[in-house]
Amino acid sequence: MTDYIVPLLILAAVLLTLHRKENTYDILLQGGAEGLKLLGSILPALVLLLCAVHMLRASGAMELLSSLLAPAFRFLGIPPETAMLVLIRPISGSAALAVGADLMAQFGPDSLVGRTAAVMLGSTETTFYTISVYFGAVGIKKTRYAIPAALFADLVGFCMASWTVRWMF
Amino acid sequence: MVMSWIWSGIVLLSLFCAVLTGNGSALAAAVPQGAQAGVTLALSMAGSICLWTGIGRLMEHAGMTAALARLLSPLLRRVFPGTKRDPVLARELSGNICANFLGLGNAATPMGIRAVQRMSRSDGIATDEMCRLIVLNTASIQLIPANVAAVRASLGCAAPFDILPAVWVTSVCSAGLGVAAAWLLGKALRHD
Repeated sequence: MTDYIVPLLILAAVLLTLHRKENTYDILLQGGAEGLKLLGSILPALVLLLCAVHMLRASGAMELLSSLLAPAFRFLGIPPETAMLVLIRPISGSAALAVGADLMAQFGPDSLVGRTAAVMLGSTETTFYTISVYFGAVGIKKTRYAIPAALFADLVGFCMASWTVRWMF
Repeated sequence: MVMSWIWSGIVLLSLFCAVLTGNGSALAAAVPQGAQAGVTLALSMAGSICLWTGIGRLMEHAGMTAALARLLSPLLRRVFPGTKRDPVLARELSGNICANFLGLGNAATPMGIRAVQRMSRSDGIATDEMCRLIVLNTASIQLIPANVAAVRASLGCAAPFDILPAVWVTSVCSAGLGVAAAWLLGKALRHD
C-alpha cells in the first residue's frame, strides 16, 4: 500500500497543475534549483556536525552516554543507541540529521535502531528552534507551558517511534 | 551561539573521553572521516531533495494546501476557538498546518508567524492558542518525510518509504497527546 502513496501523490500534483494550465515542468525545475540551494546552505553544517559525531563515536563517548542513559531508555522502550539523537533532536535539526544518518549507516537502514532513528527524525521537529521563531516574531517573554508541552509531545514521539517500529517490523 | 557551545562541547567531550580510554588514534582518524561523511551525506541526499522541493512547489501550485485546509477546518475550530471570529487567522493557521503536512517548511513558517502575530495581545505573555500552535508545529505531522527517505535510499534501502505508517502513527500520537497536555496545563495554570 505504501508503495503507491508517493507515485500517486506526484501524479495528483502533476494532473492538478496541468488542469490549472500551469507550466508543470517549469515549476519542478524552479523547485529543484531551490532545493539544491538549500542543500548547499546546509552542507557546511553537515560536514562540521558529522565530524563531531564521528569524533564522539570514536572516542567512546557515545557508548558511554548511551550506557549511562540506558536504564531510563529501556524503561521507556527506546533503544539506548538512539540516546544522542533524542538529546539533540529538539535543539538542532542539522545535528539531528547528522546523528540519525550516522545511526542508519552504522546499524543499517533496515535494522531496529536504524528504522527507529528514521521514524524519530521523520515525526519530530526542532522544538526550540520553532519556539524561538514563533515567539520571537511577536516578542513573547512569558512562554508559560509551551516548552514543557512541546517537549512532552517530543517524548511521546520518541516512545511511539520505538514502539511502532517494534510492532510493525 | 547555542550551536557554538554544542559543537565545542561535543569536541571537548570526545577529546576528554579519548584521553581516558586511550582511543586517541581512533579520534584522530575520525576527524577527516566525519568531514567526508558530511559531504557524502549531502551529496547522496541531493537528488531526492532536488526532486522533492520541486514536487512540493508543484503541490502548492496545484492548490493542494488550500484543499487540505478546507478538510481540516472543523477540527481547527475546536483546537483554536479564536478562528471562529477571525477568518484571516483561520486561513493562516490552516495554511501553516497543511503546508507542514505536505512538507513545505518554507511556505509554512511565514503563515505560522502571521497567525501568531494575529493572536498576540502585545503584553508578551503566550496565550493558550499560541501554545497549542507551538505544540502542533513541533510535533510535525508530515505526510512524506522526504529527507529521511532520502538518507535511507542513499544507504541502499530497498523500500525507503516503508516507515511511513510508523511515522504517521507516531506523529498523530505525539501531536494529539501534546495538544491534550497543553490543554490540561492551560486549565491547571489559569490565572484570572
